[in-house]
Amino acid sequence: MTEHLKMDEVQPRLLDETTQGAIHRPMPRPEGPLKVSGRATYAAEWKMDNAANGVLVRAAIPKGHYKVDASSVEAMPGFLGVYTDRMPRNAAQGTMNTNPAQIGDEIQYLGQPIAVAVAETFEQARDIAAALKIDYDRDDDVAAGPDTAQQVNEKDDPFDQGDLDRAMADAAHSVDATYTTKGHNSAAMEPHAALAVWDGDKLTVRASLQMLGYNRNELADSLGIDAENLRLLSPYIGGGFGSKLGISPEAIAASVAAKELGRPVRVVMTRNNVFETVVRRTETRQRLRLALDADGKLTGIGQENWQSNLPEEPFAEPVDLATHFLYAGANRRYGQHIAIVNRSAAGSVRAPGEAVGMLALENAMDELAEAAGIDPIDLRVANIPETHPENGKPFSSRSLAECLRQGAEAFGWSARQAPGARREGEWLIGMGVASAARTNILQESKARVTLNPDGTALVETDMTDIGTGTYAILGQIAAEMLGLPPEKVTVELGDTDLPKASGSGGSWGAASAGSAVFLGAKGIRRRLAERLGCTPEDLRLQDGVATGGNNRRPLAELMDAPLSEIGHLETGAKSNDVHQAGYGAHFAEVAVNTVTGEVRVRRMLAAMAAGRILNEQTARSQVWGGQIWGIGTALTEGLDHDPRTGHIVNNDLAEYHVPVNLDVPDLDVIFVEERDDDANPIQAKGIGELGLSGAGAAITNAIYNACGVRVRDYPATPDRIFSHL
Amino acid sequence: MQITLSVNGESHALDIDPRTTLLDALRDHLDLTGSKKGCDHGQCGACTVHVNGRRINSCLALAVMHEGDEVTTIEGLGEPGNLSPLQAAFVRHDGFQCGYCTPGQIMSAKSMLEEFGNGWPSNVTDDLTAAPDFSDAEIKERMSGNLCRCSAYPGICRAIRDAAPDEGMHKTEAAE
Repeated sequence: MTEHLKMDEVQPRLLDETTQGAIHRPMPRPEGPLKVSGRATYAAEWKMDNAANGVLVRAAIPKGHYKVDASSVEAMPGFLGVYTDRMPRNAAQGTMNTNPAQIGDEIQYLGQPIAVAVAETFEQARDIAAALKIDYDRDDDVAAGPDTAQQVNEKDDPFDQGDLDRAMADAAHSVDATYTTKGHNSAAMEPHAALAVWDGDKLTVRASLQMLGYNRNELADSLGIDAENLRLLSPYIGGGFGSKLGISPEAIAASVAAKELGRPVRVVMTRNNVFETVVRRTETRQRLRLALDADGKLTGIGQENWQSNLPEEPFAEPVDLATHFLYAGANRRYGQHIAIVNRSAAGSVRAPGEAVGMLALENAMDELAEAAGIDPIDLRVANIPETHPENGKPFSSRSLAECLRQGAEAFGWSARQAPGARREGEWLIGMGVASAARTNILQESKARVTLNPDGTALVETDMTDIGTGTYAILGQIAAEMLGLPPEKVTVELGDTDLPKASGSGGSWGAASAGSAVFLGAKGIRRRLAERLGCTPEDLRLQDGVATGGNNRRPLAELMDAPLSEIGHLETGAKSNDVHQAGYGAHFAEVAVNTVTGEVRVRRMLAAMAAGRILNEQTARSQVWGGQIWGIGTALTEGLDHDPRTGHIVNNDLAEYHVPVNLDVPDLDVIFVEERDDDANPIQAKGIGELGLSGAGAAITNAIYNACGVRVRDYPATPDRIFSHL
Repeated sequence: MQITLSVNGESHALDIDPRTTLLDALRDHLDLTGSKKGCDHGQCGACTVHVNGRRINSCLALAVMHEGDEVTTIEGLGEPGNLSPLQAAFVRHDGFQCGYCTPGQIMSAKSMLEEFGNGWPSNVTDDLTAAPDFSDAEIKERMSGNLCRCSAYPGICRAIRDAAPDEGMHKTEAAE
């Protein structure tokens, strides 16, 4: 049976009525023992006798056409084949649901996958890939970057409300500044991998993917097969951060080669492949305009951005996503310009939009506070809008002011001094703040919940756990609803044979898949209430015992066979009628070295409001991740492109600098108590990307407070500070 | 080539391509997939194993170079139901999220505690003649060869500090 809900109306807070105590509390991940002992099996690690190994071959030119000469390698030991058929230009975009671009013998960027070399062993395949002779027909008309692009796509309908130019002219205080951010790579620790096995027309692929429902359609479409004949398995995923949202070249290559050879084929990306062939976050240039009247109220906001992508690639970084609703101001203008370049595809990297848009907006807000002589927190609180400033919609739960105020108190914000005032030896010390905001999204999801007479339960869905804690929270939700200790609940994920959920991405997974599990368990509660002779509202379940209507019975006495229900959540009117977002505030204290310009982050605090917190421990880890990504975007991370070819020159983990342990101080996280009744039946909102939104701006604002250098070009490497000291 | 590898106390005879790294020998030939391949270039630390008691990046070593050496992998430290103190502390403190860098973090942490115990200095040690403080900065510096993109560093440090006494480190007073 199915328990269905279309989210049109506010739902009762059932999880505040249940008494098991499984939800919200910090609970270690149930799959933890497998992970820490090396027994969790990731995509490349499935043992399959007779599996051949494939290595992707990369284009060595940025533009033109190619032809492989397989005869050049046929005699090499272990050679099985070289395949170019159906090779995609790059990974599919998140939720694309169709094939990524497949452009045949054309090359549009250096590093593009153009073939897969397959041999008996990995070592043989690697050497064959390196030795393969490729004939190139080179086109020298290369757009290596936005500056040399011949085509720039303008957004069709730039948003324009009121008269921003007038507001700027009339403002008591204003900021009109340009910010830049370099490109980013997700750099998940597990490189993409796929193991493809055909059985007649049936294909099974073990891969590392975030959204199996979409990925299944994308791979089937890429191969020209019926999705019904394709099964994907991704029980463990070594990080995603957007890079595994869409089907990627190794899965398509493995499937094509396995079909041709009639045996299983494994293709694992090199780290260079991951940097080049999946998706990068675009570099951005952003012009921010802020107008403030004499009373400290914003009268105008403008954000115009420039970015880049490959031809016909259906993605633009939504740089101004949070700017549309975060602050008040009657006059507003946005614009977007996408240069068409011969660089790797741009797509979603953790918190697409806010990750870079909020760097610029929150840096500009700090500049405005400085210009107006207003405390940066007071400026932000005073400009929180009553309703959505562009469409008038009401907001769902929104604890931005509480996050700023409670965070300031906990961080010791009142001790902040004027720029340059606090010195310790050769170090200058400063504090910075930034708001956080991330649009909250609900996606259709299904999950099957089964309660057994012995007091155990099973949750099944094709949902994924990319490290976010899905195994933990789905088990906790089922345990809370069914009145069982969480260790009695088993969670099975990552298999397209199971009911289809939202997938992991856009911070919607916990609330969407979690609501489906909630509904499945709710259906079981309804049936237990019937058997006990009480109403569902009167039913109490705890530690395997049902109570209600003057009855008290162990579960085993109410059922002699398993009870199974599918929870089915659909988005409804609430997604349109109410503007939903998570909010927060980031605080940072940094030390800037006056001799070298080096910045060390001394401490950070995040105050987060994201509705109901399902597991304090895994939620905190998600916020830690966001804060540390904030350190990376502020100080160390940036893709560098060869100005001649557009190639990513720092395409590995030695040259692309993700934060390391010593870059990170101990971090504080505060959760501001909240329920979001408009969001979903479990009143929870996403938190994985919220933790990154604004985090880097708190650091650059702290740099300004420390030493008086305003960094507008990210990352704030020493050369960008030292010369201004 | 015919070689014999001793891994987690067991001897294995292998017929192996001389180009095979120690990491690939473990993963592809001995089905010990706990050691992870994150970069294959010694940049991320996910492949960290112990060779004769010292931590190394197994992706930078050829298997044929380690005939006769004693190799220890994450599988040799403990298993579900019988985790080592460090493994259990990583679970307790959420010292990981996706889990892919985790075996390398734990193997590295175990060696690092031994290096501490032996008085080895690090890049952040002020006094090279005294025993190093078991400070957060020392832990972080010595663990900075192991990248974690989920960014579980705060949990990793807490887990290491918590497990240190049970892993043979003396209790210290250094502040969290």
